[in-house]
Amino acid sequence: MKLKPKLAMYWAASCGGCEVSLLNVGEKILMVDRVFDIVFFPCIADFKYKDVEALSDDHIDLCLFNGAIRSSENQELAELLRRKSRLLVAYGSCAHEGCIPALSNLTTAADTLEAVFVSNFSTANPGGVVPRTTTRVPEGDLALPLLYDTVRALDQIVRVDYYIPGCPPEPPRIWEALEVFVDAFVGGAELPAVGSVLGATDLALCEECPLERNEKRVPRFFRPHEIVPDPKVCLLEQGIVCSGPATRGGCGALCPRAGMGCRGCYGLLQGVVDQGAGMVAAVAAVLGVGSPQEEESAIEQTIERATSSIVDPAGTFYRHSLAHSLLRRRRPSITPNEADEGS
Amino acid sequence: MKRITIDPLTRLEGHGRVEIFLNEDGEVENAYFIVPELRGFEQFCVGRPAEEMPRITNCICGLCPEAHHIASAKALDSLYQVDPPPAVKKIRELFYSAFFVLDHATHFFALAGPDLFLGPDAPVAERTLLGVVRKLGAETGKQIIDARMRNGHAIQLLGGRTVHPVAALPGGWSKPVTEEVRKEIETIARANVEFALSALELYEQIVLSSGANVALIVSDDYTDRTYSMGMVDSRNRPNFYDGLIRVVDPDGGEYAKYSPRDYRDYVEERVEPWTYLKFPYLRRVGWDGFRDGPASGVYMATPLSRLNVADSMATPRAQACFEKMYETLGSKKQNGRYQPIHHRLATHWARLIELLYAAERMVELATDPEVTDPNVRARLTAIPCEGIGCVEAPRGTLTHHYWTDENGVLTKVNLIVGTTNNHAPIAMSIKKAARSLIKKGVVPSQGLLNRIEMAIRCYDPCLSCATHTLPGSMPLEVAIRDSRGIVIGRVAREP
Repeated sequence: MKLKPKLAMYWAASCGGCEVSLLNVGEKILMVDRVFDIVFFPCIADFKYKDVEALSDDHIDLCLFNGAIRSSENQELAELLRRKSRLLVAYGSCAHEGCIPALSNLTTAADTLEAVFVSNFSTANPGGVVPRTTTRVPEGDLALPLLYDTVRALDQIVRVDYYIPGCPPEPPRIWEALEVFVDAFVGGAELPAVGSVLGATDLALCEECPLERNEKRVPRFFRPHEIVPDPKVCLLEQGIVCSGPATRGGCGALCPRAGMGCRGCYGLLQGVVDQGAGMVAAVAAVLGVGSPQEEESAIEQTIERATSSIVDPAGTFYRHSLAHSLLRRRRPSITPNEADEGS
Repeated sequence: MKRITIDPLTRLEGHGRVEIFLNEDGEVENAYFIVPELRGFEQFCVGRPAEEMPRITNCICGLCPEAHHIASAKALDSLYQVDPPPAVKKIRELFYSAFFVLDHATHFFALAGPDLFLGPDAPVAERTLLGVVRKLGAETGKQIIDARMRNGHAIQLLGGRTVHPVAALPGGWSKPVTEEVRKEIETIARANVEFALSALELYEQIVLSSGANVALIVSDDYTDRTYSMGMVDSRNRPNFYDGLIRVVDPDGGEYAKYSPRDYRDYVEERVEPWTYLKFPYLRRVGWDGFRDGPASGVYMATPLSRLNVADSMATPRAQACFEKMYETLGSKKQNGRYQPIHHRLATHWARLIELLYAAERMVELATDPEVTDPNVRARLTAIPCEGIGCVEAPRGTLTHHYWTDENGVLTKVNLIVGTTNNHAPIAMSIKKAARSLIKKGVVPSQGLLNRIEMAIRCYDPCLSCATHTLPGSMPLEVAIRDSRGIVIGRVAREP
């Protein structure tokens, strides 16, 4: 009997939603179980770090790695699993682009520890105790992993073969992506080019969004609670920030269908370097400035008025992609308040 | 001093570890429950617009994003000082009830199920959801998967997405419920009631019919007499969406009943340098270390504690089951209400009673004519400043507290999350189980590992629910080290 390909799934700095998304493929999960031998999957199986360490290099055929790299422990596991895996997949937005945990790159680890443990509203901590990597207790030493200042995507730590985007990936797309590997491992089909994004389209989310576009322009933007949108019409054209134009399709435009703007969890478009820059372009396009008849000062005024109606462009346009963006992070030496003044 | 390390304890807020120290006599000197992870939402949410919080805080937990979504929505109501239209409150609670059914049902069968239906000493290979299904039959297995899928569908219909829903707005909900959707949800809700009743029946038939099981539930190894916390309505009945926080002392006397916005008067958190998770306790009772009793501020916030603080249940079938549980476990009525149950293993039974309540409540809301009212937006006029929102998450009372500038941009955030409430009780349960199981000369065995797991599992610590539809059990390894940390023995659970 032919040996079954070996599968691993691991979570680093993550919420567990990626595991749930995989379980939400429904009965197809039984197919995953039939096709693959699970060799490491802390969420559902008993294998330990020690067991992974004992495997020969490249022993794991396919490793689905979710979660960002936020601590020394996350990094150690990323490096270990890279060594042991033939194919390493960045599964979900955190591993793909940093996602919500990478919003921490707008602050520092020291400020985070201070906010959570020292100046926190409900914490009594007159001694200013913060968790340390080593603590001596009466019975011995206790260790904690080091929290990094900068949260990174998986491919900023190790080489990554494929990407499955989404926060979390949507179950029908997950199954599509897994079938690519099943076909390759079981049916002998050729694997896609290294670096491919699987379980997503190559087009912008707008291409699969059912909301009507009318090439309408807006004078300013509204926050979600400031306007009741027409449920049939493109949100961006109603002045609601929606990252659809700068985001890869694949999810089925679930958020716009529910009347809420896309926040870009499927990541940047093919061939684009920076998702936030893509959003700036999309926002500028809906403002419709830049026609040859307009005075430059008038254009600037329109842009000024419009952009000031977008609160927190960094946290909105880069909601899921900060680790990978051109911004990368706020310089640690600058406090958030000082930097705000400069932006 | 000899050290026993259990690492990794996965499915405990992602990453967890236990360190047990043995003294010269081979008895447990101390045990530490360590959480080596911190993502720091309190800090990186500063600077974000408050209305984005229901979508950002979803990502605290992919297993219970609905709890954060709704707590956040309520914090935004409070921030903008707005009372949402009736349909909004009902849609949110309907959505939340579907989530409770999904979460409780799958935890009960997939995670706790193997211990309950197969017993703690069943072979490791059997102690999975597949083992449970083999014991209970394929039909039951299908019912469990169906329950999960249909409630996931209900959550998407109401909230836009299954994992990380998006519909919450300050004072509102992004889309009304159509009659077509309402009918679909009503069908789902009715199926949930049947499912909950059959789950309780199974529990009685298989778990309670055995004297050994009942003896284990009430054994001292799994008992800690702490305070209990839970949200109640105006008649002191549990409500997961809204109400006052009630705390009862270990003997069942009402210690406090307060509005969630006054939480700081009652709850305080302690920092230890050896873990990234804090330890909440009752402020006025005070922190007295990892111990139980009325002089220690340690409290639990779990399905069991929510029933402990209740005078009764708000729905008829859940009420009957509530009475049965307290009578069966020997609780006496005092001043018209049952005395609290402190046996941690009874939490599973309490979870099923809550599941039934959530299903019955879901039917009530799905058949409420107001739920399809198209008015799902409130007009916001107040200048935002500070807001507090609170719900009962499956794993405990969940509080979101936001401060903003006058533009609604966050300047400070505080979160006390469900599992965090139970941090000290979990640590105590681990220590107690370890103390009773590890005695001089006794070599830690597979059975020991599972019994320690059971002490942790009662609380359904957050990330554990990821396994709800798959076979699996908590990976555990005990390494026995000498005082210099050299491994001198190792016990791993059988693969």
